Amino acid sequence: MSQANTVIDLAMLSRREANATLQAAEAGAFRMRNPGGAHALACGLMNPISVTIEGHAGYYAAGANKEAEVIIEGNAGTGVAENLMSGRVRVTGNASQSAGATGHGGLLVIEGNTAARCGISMKGIDIVVGGNVGHMSAFMAQAGRLVVLGDAGADLGDSIYEAELFVRGKVASLGADCEEKAMTPADHDVLAGLLAASGMAAAPTAFRKFGSARRLYHFTIDNADAY
Amino acid sequence: MADYAKTPGTVPRKAALFDDYTLSEIRRAAATGIYDIRGGGAKRRVPHFDDLVFLGASMSRYPLEGYRERCDTDVVLGDRFAEKPLQLKIPITIAGMSFGALSAPAKEALGRGASAMGTATTTGDGGMTEEERGHSSLLVYQVLPSRYGMNPDDLRRADAIEVVVGQGAKPGGGGMLLGQKIGPRVAQMRTLPEGIDQRSACRHPDWTGPDDLEIKIGELREITGWQKPIFVKVGAARPYYDTALAVKAGADVVVVDGMQGGTAATQEVFIEHVGIPTLAALREAVRALSELGMHRKVQLVISGGIRTGADVAKAMAMGADAVSIGTAALVALGDNDPALEAEYQALGTTAGAYDDWHAGQDPAGITTQDPALAARLDPVAAGRRLRNYLSVLTMEAQTLARANGKSHLRNLEPEDLAALTVEAAAMAGVPLAGTSWVPGR
Repeated sequence: MSQANTVIDLAMLSRREANATLQAAEAGAFRMRNPGGAHALACGLMNPISVTIEGHAGYYAAGANKEAEVIIEGNAGTGVAENLMSGRVRVTGNASQSAGATGHGGLLVIEGNTAARCGISMKGIDIVVGGNVGHMSAFMAQAGRLVVLGDAGADLGDSIYEAELFVRGKVASLGADCEEKAMTPADHDVLAGLLAASGMAAAPTAFRKFGSARRLYHFTIDNADAY
Repeated sequence: MADYAKTPGTVPRKAALFDDYTLSEIRRAAATGIYDIRGGGAKRRVPHFDDLVFLGASMSRYPLEGYRERCDTDVVLGDRFAEKPLQLKIPITIAGMSFGALSAPAKEALGRGASAMGTATTTGDGGMTEEERGHSSLLVYQVLPSRYGMNPDDLRRADAIEVVVGQGAKPGGGGMLLGQKIGPRVAQMRTLPEGIDQRSACRHPDWTGPDDLEIKIGELREITGWQKPIFVKVGAARPYYDTALAVKAGADVVVVDGMQGGTAATQEVFIEHVGIPTLAALREAVRALSELGMHRKVQLVISGGIRTGADVAKAMAMGADAVSIGTAALVALGDNDPALEAEYQALGTTAGAYDDWHAGQDPAGITTQDPALAARLDPVAAGRRLRNYLSVLTMEAQTLARANGKSHLRNLEPEDLAALTVEAAAMAGVPLAGTSWVPGR
């Protein structure tokens, strides 16, 4: 039976009932009404379904999802798309802190701004932010790409591993062991692809790239001042 | 001119403050410029279960026949909210130790030994391996600040989930795995470059404080369909408040790890100088649960220096529902075996003192990622040793429970205990032996 355009109304269903319905679905499109900023909406999804949340979502919306596409028509609370494995998540408004935290894969798009620690400990996710990101974004970022069309707050990429950061606006400061890298034609191609996938209009050549200086990969006495 | 040969002199005397270990550490620090890193827990003497005794039966307490009357040992962990709580045959679990810190055969052996006794083992800061899932009939999956290898599939195939706030060896500290142990498989599981010194985060990336934790636990329950028990593990820092806040956050089980609890690798200064002893932490955690009316409703697991059935029984008498072992389990597998003395000597140490678990050179094949060393550990034989050891712990605890007239380990109570020192009496909240005096009351 087709699940196309199935309505899930949180004024009628509990969060558990709503999430259980989505987690059990193998295909189809769903519209979640009256989210009311509830936490952990549309999380733990396992299949290529489409979910549109009509309004603001609380903490951990679309957390730990695989394959699904989730659109939040509003703002998202802390940890949107945390530990995302694959699939896509789009926030049409702003996102709070720790957006995309520890994500292993997939694409997170935030059309507005994000608060602190966007992409913290990211492990392969791609994150595209239309506005600004707060301080300590990409802290301990291990893998994946963070693209910021606006400005980045203080201590960008602190203790970064192998993630790649692209920023079009100003960077307040870089964190420990994060440094600017030369942009290559290959980087421009990667960036163009991410911008196209996220529906963002920007010239790849307008971005700067940042990554790990790899000076803190081993404990040595000479690095003591950096910690 | 003084004739020293004929003048009476004092014998050479070393300062208590500058004992041989302290002097050696000063020289080591001066030579290297970096703090000492080691494995294990606090090595200093602190009040512990050894400072308590059971009173046993007497005129007013009837013992049970040691070989004729049952003394049950089963325990259920996590029946507050979870649809599928853990049903353990014995109240002794294997603590979280990562693949990475431990070799794959060691993780397999832990699973084999625990499963043979009907109890659970626990993952660690490195994700879930097929070896441990395959050989652990009950597996607790840790959610740590690093989230290495974290994925919803492993969450769902775990039997319980443990949100790790801290551990007793280093409350407030993150994990550490040095480059020697970041081989290809460990690097791949953790999404890290091979051979780097890995520093795990000490704070969770997406929640701060008990209010956030409540929401996080809600998410974990949503992802796993409210089936899995959620444990919250804290290092013994402020156990009264931490336990109360874990309960408030919605934990099914609280795990409190005292300062004697081991670590794979941490600064010596952190291990020895942060956190409080297991004995003191246990009493405070029980007090918090009791005052909330949640004792036995939210189960309490205590760890940090559990070695014998006496430790198990005393912990349960003080109010724990179960205990967890780490270091003792490694010793049962073969860690620090005197049979390997020549190899320990070659590493500049001796059997019983080997604690360079971070270095990856373990001759026992347990705390290593070196394939040749890891191959030395036979997971079947080591698992059998762990099973034997767990069996002895259980029988010892049963022996003590029967002597106190208890037909189930959970029926042991503080009234069965007395303290041998004032410090232990104060920490454990039981009377000093031969008196009715509990310091502070």
